[in-house]
Amino acid sequence: MNAVIISSRQKPFVLALLGLGLVLPFAIYPVFLMKGLCFGLFAAAFNLLLGYVGLLSFGHAMFFGWSAYITAHAAKEWGLTPELAILAGVALATLLGLVVGWLAIRRQGIYFAMITLALAQLMYFVAVQAPFTHGEDGIQGVPRGRLFGLIDLGDTLTMYYFVFAVFVASLLFLYRVVNSPFGQILKAIRDNEPRAISLGYEVTRYKLIAFVISAAFAGLAGSLKSLVFQLASLADVNWHISGEVVLMTLLGGVGTVLGPTVGGFLVVAIQDYFAGIGSLVIIIQGIIFVVCVLLFRSGMIGVLTPWLKRRGING
Amino acid sequence: MVMKRLLLGAAALALSAGMAQAQYSDNKVKIGILTDLSGTYSDLAGKGTIVAAQMAIDDFGGKLNGQPIELISADHQNKADIASGIARKWYDTEGVDAIAELVTTAAAIAVREVSKEKGKIDLVSGAASTPLTNDKCSATGFHWTYDTYAMAVGTGDAVVKNGGKTWFFLTADYAFGHNLQAQTERVVKANGGTVKGSVKHPFPNADFSSFLLQAQASGAQIIGLANAGADTINAIKQAKEFGITQGGQQLAGLLVFITDVHSLGLENAQGMMLTTGFYWDMDDQTRAWSKRWSEKMGGGKMPSMVHAGTYSQVLHYLKAAAAAKTDDGVKVADEMRKLPISDFFAKNGKIRADGRMVHDMYLAQVKKPSESKGPWDYYKIVRTIPGDEAYQPLSESTCPLVKK
Amino acid sequence: MMTIFGMPTQALFGQLLLGLINGAFYAMLSLGLALIFGLLNIINFSHGALYMMGAFVAWLALNFLGLGYWPALIVAPLVVAALGMLIERTMLCRLYKLDHLYGLLLTFGLALVIEGLFREAYGVSGQPYSVPKELAGGWNLGFMFLPIYRGWVVVASLILCLGTWFAIEKTKLGAYLRAATENPTLVQAFGINVPVMITLTYGFGVALAAIAGVLAAPVYQVSPKMGSDLIIVVFAVVVIGGMGSIMGSIVTGYLLGLVEGLTKVFYPEAASTVIFMVMVIVLLIKPAGLFGKGA
Repeated sequence: MNAVIISSRQKPFVLALLGLGLVLPFAIYPVFLMKGLCFGLFAAAFNLLLGYVGLLSFGHAMFFGWSAYITAHAAKEWGLTPELAILAGVALATLLGLVVGWLAIRRQGIYFAMITLALAQLMYFVAVQAPFTHGEDGIQGVPRGRLFGLIDLGDTLTMYYFVFAVFVASLLFLYRVVNSPFGQILKAIRDNEPRAISLGYEVTRYKLIAFVISAAFAGLAGSLKSLVFQLASLADVNWHISGEVVLMTLLGGVGTVLGPTVGGFLVVAIQDYFAGIGSLVIIIQGIIFVVCVLLFRSGMIGVLTPWLKRRGING
Repeated sequence: MVMKRLLLGAAALALSAGMAQAQYSDNKVKIGILTDLSGTYSDLAGKGTIVAAQMAIDDFGGKLNGQPIELISADHQNKADIASGIARKWYDTEGVDAIAELVTTAAAIAVREVSKEKGKIDLVSGAASTPLTNDKCSATGFHWTYDTYAMAVGTGDAVVKNGGKTWFFLTADYAFGHNLQAQTERVVKANGGTVKGSVKHPFPNADFSSFLLQAQASGAQIIGLANAGADTINAIKQAKEFGITQGGQQLAGLLVFITDVHSLGLENAQGMMLTTGFYWDMDDQTRAWSKRWSEKMGGGKMPSMVHAGTYSQVLHYLKAAAAAKTDDGVKVADEMRKLPISDFFAKNGKIRADGRMVHDMYLAQVKKPSESKGPWDYYKIVRTIPGDEAYQPLSESTCPLVKK
Repeated sequence: MMTIFGMPTQALFGQLLLGLINGAFYAMLSLGLALIFGLLNIINFSHGALYMMGAFVAWLALNFLGLGYWPALIVAPLVVAALGMLIERTMLCRLYKLDHLYGLLLTFGLALVIEGLFREAYGVSGQPYSVPKELAGGWNLGFMFLPIYRGWVVVASLILCLGTWFAIEKTKLGAYLRAATENPTLVQAFGINVPVMITLTYGFGVALAAIAGVLAAPVYQVSPKMGSDLIIVVFAVVVIGGMGSIMGSIVTGYLLGLVEGLTKVFYPEAASTVIFMVMVIVLLIKPAGLFGKGA
């Protein structure tokens, strides 16, 4: 196994980003940063499917939201430590991903999107009816607990570094997947599926593995969010979240490693910083959609990359 | 070096000023209005509550501790996670001392959790459910305008006593709806009525005809609407369309705001009994305040009980913060409990250990179109329900703060 | 009395009739969506917002111009179609060669803007709109009381849907339309102005939504949110029927109305979810939808 593929030219750029991540909480409100990281990770996981396999899932809220529910329930009712609670959430998301993926990957294009949407709606209904989710009140007052029973995550900064560490590790893993032989095959499938089949690849299996990985990391993002905000609610499983993650990925740049994260931060920033101006937020959000689709289809990173390339850095 | 000395000097100054004067964090009081500015409840709460809070600040004199009182507001979109995120940010970085309004229970509980953790004050006006003063109660949390218990007591009791003995519920399938149905069932049964059945409808729901026919088939005299906002409005409108009310059955809207009646029109809403914590046209005081609010708000609107309640709670908070000479959440909360509440909204209000502000409620009947003199002239006040009768007795509260 | 599933047959019949009425709305809306998807390859997420706008135009016409229900049935679709064609000419036409995703996102953004503007102007509680005098009252069918207006909705919807189907499947114009879907370049070569045809189709599709909006105005409150709650269900209808299939969307619209009606009786909590259950089952068994041709 060769080491994570980061070229020497990219190294300073990556290190600079890491350094930025470490000092940023002293300049910007850490809870906002954590929210951005959670949604950034969510979008990155989603992007694995959309950007590298070419599958548009419109049901990723079910992995995000259900993982959040399980983590919150495990931490609050079963008293599990945070890492175990997160593990429980991710395990469920993975399992759910396996079932949903198995049902959905044989369909393509809009039908794939619709079947994931439909399954997500069914899971939403289960969330409304199941007593342990407490309906629209959600599971509130979830304790952050002590990591490995030792490190108190109640402190905002500690929590931030924990989230940041998980985020960086996850992104490296996703980056590794995308640039591995496995990732190459995914891209081959995306670009020309019949060709990939004729080359003897079991396309369905590759797609399913990618779907499950995507679901698991979407779940991880949801679990982290439930601990950061100490609640899991119906809003997390609602189809609006599935729509939002499409938006984030698209805003940032489909099929780029950092793009979805940038998009995640952008959307969270719009929601947070414009919340004060009230109802106009939604109109502004709508206008941003329209402008992006008409003018910046390659996303922020898509616009930035040529600029970075000219300076000898690969995004 | 110069910098260091300057800083030291400033710190010393700040400390001595603090000792000599009152203890206000960053020397000022800041209030946040967290409400629904874009969703289902943005008419009955929304922008009008920001206007009401600003009026309270202005009426208080605009200043506390020689510093202007600040007001900020945000839209929580009826989502618990957004509400919790904004509350956290306000307490951590904006120096907010109290968050008010908080329509919809999920958002109110989310903010309650954060406020409790940070020792800050939350003032609930728009949210309805009773857990806020039971197992979710807090030493620094208050529930002001109404709750599902009071709604059930007011409307349920009046309807059963008028002969409406058999009930069928149309209930919004979420925690608030269940809570409202349960509270009303209790009152109906206690008064010798019976419940013939109920149907839980998805939330939100546009077409009620199917549920209304099921209610009709049950033969119950009263169809209780344990839902809110657009759901209630559509149910009432369609009941008329399907001749339910002409068939002798009556509707009881268990949570109806004046904005809903305005939206329905008297033609559709006439004769309905409802419970409210406030009506603008009750006496000179309410009329005077409502007129001022209406001028600021524009569009010829009149305030709902949530608007009036937000004014009352913000004003009371400011009075208590002034009396306690601090903005420390726990101390101001203690002072709030000590001070009686007397304004146009609550004539003889008092705050109990569980955080419930107990005040008189009103049973109202919606006027016929012929009785109304114009827009917003909608209610006849039938009865004043004394606060102690309207609200859940402390002895039944599951709030851990209540000493038994 | 005869019973089915423990329920009197007649009461069940009443519930089915109500389901059919809701199905009438689904059919009208999904027909427009299917039409637009078939010809423009655009998943029109703003369909719900334009339906809402249809209802609002009727309300505005009544309150500011004194135009009643019947003129509104003509005026509202014209206004909405004009706006729709403007949207198509200025924005959508740039996206035809791209992935579905972009059209979906653009129209989603537009829906947010349109709804937001109406909310800013008129609040969320909704405005009352009365049933026109000619259609007030109801018939007592013995097993239920049927408001005349609801009967009218079913009739109007049937006329519109079948008329549209006839125009597309059986007339020359419809033949051009279908041909343009298959091969626009060739049709263009025959001297038919395809871009104009596409613009008009979009206008007609959203006009159908606007008519549905006017028909809905007296039944529901005229409120900015009325479309967004409906859109996702209507999507499901189109997918179940088979994307782009005209007859499929009409029949599925009515069928799902019936299924939903039954659910409201036997498991009311699931009434808004049952459609997705049907969608999963249909897509697993028949990937291209009930009436679709190939995936």
